Amino acid sequence: MSATARPQVVSGGGAIAREGIFLAEQLWPIKGQLALALVGLAVGGLMGLMQALDRVGVVIYKAFLMQSYYQGLTIHGVLLAFLFTFGFGNAFVSLMAIRGFERPLASTFLVQGAFWTMLVGTLLAAYAILRNQATVLFTFYAPMRASSLFYLGAALLVISTLLTTLNLVLTRRAWQREHPGERTPLLGFVGVVTYVMWALASLGVVVLVVFFLLPWQLGWLRTTDPQFNRILFWFTGHAIVYFWLMPAYISWYLLVPRQVGGRVFSDSLVRLVFILLLIFSVPTGLHHQYVDPGIPTIMKVVHLVTTFSVVYPSLVTAFTVMAALEDGGRARGGRGLLGWIWKLPWGDPSVAAQLLAMLVFVLGGATGIVNASYNLNNVVHNTSFVPGHFHMTVGTAVALSFIGITYWLVPYLTGRELMGRRLALAQAWLWFVGVLLFARGQIAAGLLGEPRRSSIGEAPYRELISAGIDNWLTAIGGTLMVVSGALYFIVILWTVFAGRRLAQPMEIPVAEMRFGARETSPLWDRLGFWFLVAVVLVVIAYVPLFVLYLPLHSVSPPIKVY
Amino acid sequence: MRIEAYERIFMVLAALMLALGIVGIAIGALVAGVHVPSPAGRVDPRTLSTTPPFDQPGLRELGGGKYEAVIVARAWQFQPNEIQVPVGSTVTFTMASPDVIHGFVLTGTNANVMVIPGQIAQVTARFDQPGEYVWVCHEYCGFGHHLMFGKVVVR
Repeated sequence: MSATARPQVVSGGGAIAREGIFLAEQLWPIKGQLALALVGLAVGGLMGLMQALDRVGVVIYKAFLMQSYYQGLTIHGVLLAFLFTFGFGNAFVSLMAIRGFERPLASTFLVQGAFWTMLVGTLLAAYAILRNQATVLFTFYAPMRASSLFYLGAALLVISTLLTTLNLVLTRRAWQREHPGERTPLLGFVGVVTYVMWALASLGVVVLVVFFLLPWQLGWLRTTDPQFNRILFWFTGHAIVYFWLMPAYISWYLLVPRQVGGRVFSDSLVRLVFILLLIFSVPTGLHHQYVDPGIPTIMKVVHLVTTFSVVYPSLVTAFTVMAALEDGGRARGGRGLLGWIWKLPWGDPSVAAQLLAMLVFVLGGATGIVNASYNLNNVVHNTSFVPGHFHMTVGTAVALSFIGITYWLVPYLTGRELMGRRLALAQAWLWFVGVLLFARGQIAAGLLGEPRRSSIGEAPYRELISAGIDNWLTAIGGTLMVVSGALYFIVILWTVFAGRRLAQPMEIPVAEMRFGARETSPLWDRLGFWFLVAVVLVVIAYVPLFVLYLPLHSVSPPIKVY
Repeated sequence: MRIEAYERIFMVLAALMLALGIVGIAIGALVAGVHVPSPAGRVDPRTLSTTPPFDQPGLRELGGGKYEAVIVARAWQFQPNEIQVPVGSTVTFTMASPDVIHGFVLTGTNANVMVIPGQIAQVTARFDQPGEYVWVCHEYCGFGHHLMFGKVVVR
């Protein structure tokens, strides 16, 4: 393993030692949220084993102390899609904002509040789920009844992210007051864009929980409109995937290039990508509802176009990030068309995990375009093709990137050297191989018509859908991912509790730009303007839908079916 | 904005690729006639069992090789859960739920629709080959979700 493969170590005091920027009272809630995220990953990920084995008829939910397959599936979804991603996002993006703006967060109260709301939200939701009072999966579609503690817990998790949004916006504003006329630093800017996008996106689920599900569950509303509630859910439900993904993009664009010794081409292009994600992430929700019966077809077509638009920034990312990697590989002596690839620091677990995550994202993105393709979606909608797809996106592009980030972040925050580097490398490769087998199995079975979110092991139609070999691939791949997760926690716990003290504080690896913020037009720094554009697009995409759909058809009382 | 020359080419090609994708989808819909489900009316799930046509679920022959299958999707069964039609039939499935959200995917066809309480779900499939076509509930609907399936027997 080469010395350059290690995270950047700067003599004379790393960022963590810079008093006045990283304040202890802001760092503990950041560490706390990261710890909550990793607890979510551990428990939620473990449930994956039960689900993987279920595919080949090994039904072991009782051994996991679950009342049903679906109780375990609810834990898997809620902990991984909400707690792991929100906790990691809040912690990582807050830290990047401090580093990017070179100042503390504007509000210590807000960052501590984000931690406490996340903790309480997690406890409430976990209590409801573990008591089997909320076996409604992470989509909690009405009219399925769940304990109000579950909705409260979910709402608190969202509030935690909104407190973080407010803090990031205030921090950027404070920086601007201190630096009049200058472009906001890119590392801070991209995090603020991510959270501002999410604040707009979360509106759907906030309205759903506050104005429909909670009053309905508490008996203040007798009935609700399940179709309209789904529209509100998916208003948030697609944009949320970008909220998961954008912290990984921050690392891919601005940190990984430094870790491999490359530079990013231009500040303005990175801003363009994040701004496109800001404006196109939200007005796309109906592409999850192409086969919903109650939605006018014309609106599905409108959302098809916006959905294809939000693919675009990811295609640009594919080029730009690859170019920065090639720059690094060539700087390290790579020659020829592809020779630079082998010169990348594959021996660094943080880099290897994220490079593999990027590779898998190519397949994840391609299968996502299938889902997004309107009538083509008829073939795959709600089949196991869909979890095949999203375990390559959120389940790997995001999760494996977050894991890779923690390979420098945990040493950075604890001041301890990463232990078990070989184990960490094995972890990354095992995840990579595991997810490819898993996705191959799920995708093929889905094309044969095997449904998603179903206990196939207990299903009487299992033999009628001849997905035998595919289900074995799913089971083996999923099991490998769980084993990989176990290796990850060995590495992290070893590092935290028994890691050698770092001789010198570490520096956060931030890439350099060939064309920096000075050359960026003020247009690409005008967050308020782009937010307004995003709002206008949301209005165009959703107001006609509401007009065509209304009046509400509130006909469903709460029903408990688990 | 600083954009590198190769990157500019890539950005143009990426935009063209997406545009081409939308053209392909349009051809699929307008020429090949592959559509997504459209609104087919509203219904009250609380009174579904007395609302026509769901008060009498089953298969009706419409003439000319066309059939309508009226199916109630409830936790956790389809009523009816088997229909039989001759080869060459076109079947329109008209479905509704009296309780929670269900789903309907008919293997080996493009028929795929959500069955949402309050909405009438409608999809059509043509059966040119004899055999058994399994359909399953593909939306989580509670403890017995995986028990919900049915089949079309084509002779």
